[in-house]
Amino acid sequence: MSSIDMCAPENTGRQPKLIERAGVGRLIAALQQQGYRVVGPTVRDEAIIYDELASDADLPAGWTDDQQAGAYRLKRRRDQALFRYTCGPHSWKKYLHPPQATLWRAEREGGLFRILPETPRAERLALLGVRACELRALAIQEQVFAMAAHADAGYGVRLRQAFVVAVNCGQAGGTCFCVSMNSGPRARKGFDLALTEVVHAKRHYFVVEIGSERGAAILAALETRDATAEEIAAAEKTVNDAARHMGRTLDTTEIQALLYRNHEHPRWEQTGERCLSCANCTLACPTCFCSTIDDTTDLAGQRAERTRRWDSCFTADFSYIHGGSVRQSVKARYRQWLTHKLASWIEQFGSSGCVGCGRCITWCPVGIDLTEEVRAIRATKYYREPVHGDTGTRSV
Amino acid sequence: MPSNLEVAAPPLEAAATTMLPRLFRVQRYLQETDDTFTLELGPLDDGAPLAFAPGQFNMLYVFGVGEVPISISGDPDKPGVLVHTTRAVGTVTRVMARLRRGELIGVRGPYGTPWPVDQAEGNDVVIVAGGIGLAPLRPALYRLLAQRDRFGKVVLLYGTRTPEDILYRKELERWRARFDVDVYVTVDRAIAPWRGSVGVVTHLIPKAPFDPLSSVALICGPEIMMRFSVFELEKRGVAADRIFVSLERNMKCGVGTCGHCQFGPLFVCREGPVFAYPRVRDWLAVREL
Ligand SMILES: Cc1cc2nc3c(=O)[nH]c(=O)nc-3n(C[C@H](O)[C@H](O)[C@H](O)COP(=O)(O)OP(=O)(O)OC[C@H]3O[C@@H](n4cnc5c(N)ncnc54)[C@H](O)[C@@H]3O)c2cc1C
Ligand code: SF4
Ligand code: SF4
Ligand code: FES
Repeated sequence: MSSIDMCAPENTGRQPKLIERAGVGRLIAALQQQGYRVVGPTVRDEAIIYDELASDADLPAGWTDDQQAGAYRLKRRRDQALFRYTCGPHSWKKYLHPPQATLWRAEREGGLFRILPETPRAERLALLGVRACELRALAIQEQVFAMAAHADAGYGVRLRQAFVVAVNCGQAGGTCFCVSMNSGPRARKGFDLALTEVVHAKRHYFVVEIGSERGAAILAALETRDATAEEIAAAEKTVNDAARHMGRTLDTTEIQALLYRNHEHPRWEQTGERCLSCANCTLACPTCFCSTIDDTTDLAGQRAERTRRWDSCFTADFSYIHGGSVRQSVKARYRQWLTHKLASWIEQFGSSGCVGCGRCITWCPVGIDLTEEVRAIRATKYYREPVHGDTGTRSV
Repeated sequence: MPSNLEVAAPPLEAAATTMLPRLFRVQRYLQETDDTFTLELGPLDDGAPLAFAPGQFNMLYVFGVGEVPISISGDPDKPGVLVHTTRAVGTVTRVMARLRRGELIGVRGPYGTPWPVDQAEGNDVVIVAGGIGLAPLRPALYRLLAQRDRFGKVVLLYGTRTPEDILYRKELERWRARFDVDVYVTVDRAIAPWRGSVGVVTHLIPKAPFDPLSSVALICGPEIMMRFSVFELEKRGVAADRIFVSLERNMKCGVGTCGHCQFGPLFVCREGPVFAYPRVRDWLAVREL
């Protein structure tokens, strides 16, 4: 399938609408009026991150970014485009799978103790500016929590409650490879509204696709009209351009077999020597879901609290069992990460754990690039044939 | 406001309760060995007893210190008392060891896959336990002995470091006195007056009285011991898919969301801890997986 085909719009059966540049501000205001806290892209600390938006003035108008392995740089644009940047260091998982959450508290009471359940704050969130790869990441994380032995419903509830305004990418970043992962650059489902931004010398407008009833309802409160065939074509063109300019590619052919059979490939050792085990990649990755628990008490030891926070398979404690960590070497941790993302995830959750957003490449301090790693392993396969033949778990 | 914009009140509590323990009271504390103790627990509420299948585990919470996975070691047919046998090795288990009668502990569970006791019907059952690995196997043994007629030979091979580390000593003696179960105990090292077998538990496998072609083997102990046990069992002709092992990995949630227990594609808390050996064979061969 060519990248162009991939970008063909899915027939949602609804006529795309058109809003002018000013309509974005009205959309934010309308969402706020409905009680949503609107979060989206904004410039902070020399990067485009996600945070609460008071108005469209907070959007990164006229900014873009330059991304390479181990490098991220904000740049000024010649135009005032709002969404012509690619994924930054943050991902939406911070809203749906919070970096830190109190699970419950406990209190001592006459030699005994009692548990005080925590009632999570239910917040109506509107996520503005969700890219296609990020939509996929949200669906992937939802699947992870839904498949838990005792389904963790919180994630799915938060996701379904959230109003999602997707934005189709009009340009690809230097570390993007969503086309390889079949996750972008066009948003196909999982949104209430999807915007495609068109910036011309004289005009700046958005073609809006409607993905849900509540999306249609919000839009009805704004000034819109049907987008013309010309406007739709111009919007299409930007997405097709993005698809054609992916900074990276990843060949996923038989990737599960490739990685499962190359556990002893010398490349792991080499990359393990470069890797700082800093966990940047897992924190930045929109699908990594791992967490750990902190137990704390007050000074008097009367009150205790359990907090869940993001964890990373790159830490030594992660695999600790009495006597030592299972994954002692950095090599083993890097192998766990990559193999989980690209191979075992498929077995666990029915899809790849990678959406091709490129964050792990950009934010790696030493510029380790998973697409390069896979290429290297593919180039010099070091097959270890299964010792006992078919194992039942390996689909190779 | 159009009604389809209304957001329903979120049942977020459902998510929170997954991680909420139930409080149990220590009814009895038994010192098994120097570093190993058994807690008999009863629920603080008047809710139903915690029914479980042999091989399953609970997440046990010690106030302010933490929560750890511990197998249920009691009788599945007497779920009224919840029994856990724990070796004090670190932060949580050492504080747990100081709990006394009347004190409280948090319990989440039961989690995980059981030993295939029912599926073993009509077969000999060989239990190979190393150290604290006897604890998760004891419920299986209770069940086998309670329904003794359903099975062929029942053989327990149990190894510990020294004679002082032998768990459930009185019970072992009672079982050994029965004619319908073969109990063999060995220790890694011993000084007098130990007159039993010395050596690793895997050495007991070649001579143990069971029919390799119609046996089911249940193994729990250190990973290296399990690997050698499998080797010896296969050497005798026990088919791989009749061998079951219980694995141990770091666990923070027990329900498949924290990611810590991953073993290749498997979540030990959810797909395990008890696995049919062919399912984990190749993964066990990979170092630092
Ligand atoms: C399914 C399962 C069943 C178990 N059943 C029993 C049992 O019946 N009796 C028993 O004595 N022990 C059992 N264990 C091992 C027990 O969980 C550990 O000994 C315990 O977690 C050590 O915690 P600690 O805080 O005292 O030790 P520390 O060494 O201080 O450990 C720090 C943390 O690392 C993790 N950890 C350390 N060792 C292990 C380990 N072996 N397995 C998993 N996580 C670990 C825990 O999160 C622990 O809190 C079982 C483990 C698993 C996975
Ligand atoms: S592995 Fe890297 S490229 Fe893939 S989704 Fe995670 S951060 Fe993005
Ligand atoms: S790659 Fe590591 S941190 Fe990310 S989900 Fe997998 S095990 Fe967890
Ligand atoms: S213990 Fe958390 S995923 Fe298995």
